[in-house]
Amino acid sequence: MNDIIRMTAADLATHLQSGEISAVDATQAHLDRIEAVDTDVHAFLAVSSDALDTARRIDERRAAGEKLGPLAGVPLAVKDVLVTTDMPSTSGSKILEGYMSPFDATVVRLSREAGLIPIGKTNMDEFAMGSSTEHSAYGPTRNPWDLDRIPGGSGGGSAAAVAAFEAPLALGSDTGGSIRQPAHVTGTVGVKPTYGAVSRYGAIALASSLDQVGPVTRTVLDAGLLHDVIAHHDPHDSTSLKDVWPSMADAARSGARGEGLAGLKVGVVRELTGNGFQAGVQSRFDETVALLTQQGAEVIEVSAPHFEYAVAAYYLILPAEASSNLAKFDSVRFGMRVQPEGGGTVEQVMAATREAGFGPEVKRRIILGTYALSAGYYDAYYGSAQKVRTLIQRDFNTAFEKVDVLVTPSAPTTAFKFGEKLEDPMAMYLNDITTIPANLAGIPGISVPIGLAPEDGLPVGIQVMAPQREDARLYRVGAAIEALLEQQWGHTLISQAPALGGK
Amino acid sequence: MSEISEEQVAHLANLARIALTPEEISSLTTELDQIVDSIAKVQEVATPDVPATSHPVPLSNVFRPDVVGNTLTIEQTLQNAPEHADNRFKVSAILGEEQ
Repeated sequence: MNDIIRMTAADLATHLQSGEISAVDATQAHLDRIEAVDTDVHAFLAVSSDALDTARRIDERRAAGEKLGPLAGVPLAVKDVLVTTDMPSTSGSKILEGYMSPFDATVVRLSREAGLIPIGKTNMDEFAMGSSTEHSAYGPTRNPWDLDRIPGGSGGGSAAAVAAFEAPLALGSDTGGSIRQPAHVTGTVGVKPTYGAVSRYGAIALASSLDQVGPVTRTVLDAGLLHDVIAHHDPHDSTSLKDVWPSMADAARSGARGEGLAGLKVGVVRELTGNGFQAGVQSRFDETVALLTQQGAEVIEVSAPHFEYAVAAYYLILPAEASSNLAKFDSVRFGMRVQPEGGGTVEQVMAATREAGFGPEVKRRIILGTYALSAGYYDAYYGSAQKVRTLIQRDFNTAFEKVDVLVTPSAPTTAFKFGEKLEDPMAMYLNDITTIPANLAGIPGISVPIGLAPEDGLPVGIQVMAPQREDARLYRVGAAIEALLEQQWGHTLISQAPALGGK
Repeated sequence: MSEISEEQVAHLANLARIALTPEEISSLTTELDQIVDSIAKVQEVATPDVPATSHPVPLSNVFRPDVVGNTLTIEQTLQNAPEHADNRFKVSAILGEEQ
């Protein structure tokens, strides 16, 4: 069945439940697709050799009458930042080449228990540092909409995998936009849950106070289904919340039925609109906001005066935490070891290993973080950035007193070309201006496709943000926007993506 | 202006245990100077009356029972080590000749 790869995860799950499609067929179809198009796209760093066996076991359990989870038998792509026992986990770095984890990340364990079938590990910027996957030590992933352009980052591999129909679902991680910005540039859906809603155990840490794992999919409902699998308290992660969450899939279903827009108060952030945004990104965003108004939502302009300091604060807090987290790559317990010429002390071996094993962006951020934490600079830089974090949380609190959700374009531009921002770190950093505030405040955000920019024909997304713990609201509003637009267009956005490899 | 010097970057590289090449030190000095100039603006609004936030969702007293959990075996612990012997990680000399 050719159509298997183009089905939503929800539809595929229905066919699996009814027995019309087996898990083996579903898995084989996606492995074939990877074989056919991934030479061009390069979304995957590793493909599972166990996937078909795992699928066979799911089919056997289903045939035996066992009650399986709603997504049992659906293939899943896993960002390489998440450790897995059956495939290498490198986080896009040479220093971890071939690393085999002795345990599964909690989200991977939960996915396996739900019957999902991990089919491969997806490419990413090294240690999730980047917005384009150009900083992967294994070469960039290409955007399925235009192979000369970036798929976003750091989770470009997961977004490209679902956009290229190589997997219906993927797991990503979002520290400053690494799920939402790739969703924006690939015409897919990405969700960063409330900080602590999803376990970070087994996610190779970048910045521990910002990192959050979340779903990467083609539809809002599919994201909700995957979110329901992974959002659970985990005693292995001391920042994991004990909340009992409502079903995000149910929230998405109610949104798709058109519930929840009438009377919804929608805030447009003045500081994240207009100036600095590509014309076609802005126009698609404005049209979507107008559509919400037509549906009875009340649109209010809100101001977040400290958002202009968010990128600066982020690029102090992130490198500071990263320089500490990456100290574990010491050539002693795991990963690469490089002997300096003529041998040396353990410290010299460590320094030679880290010089050879880390790429330029990782070195840049470690040095920056070491600087920000140095005696004499700590208060001026890291201390000030933590205060800005408070101010940004206050901006959000003030805004959420007036509105139910906030909306912005998910990123300032559509997918840029390879190399365009590689030599200018600040230009690359500013691409995350819309997504960073949510991470600093720990609130959830979703990116939903809203059309193509007229000037370049590339996807544009809208970001919806809600207060902490109100993730369900994102799914309700996100699914409502998706349903309204698809009704208007008469098709999904992803169906307009160009064919790959002649298919 | 932040005015980061090459000596300072070399010192930071030493603290961070990365054996940067002279070329890397030179280019990083220029880049860091530009980046620090852009991010130093956090000081404009970080006045003394604003408390610092280190964690987005404050939690306190996250305890667990003081019992052995599901830990890794010695074999699992050593499986990724570049070198090991006698159930221990093996490294080269801790002290150099001049130490």
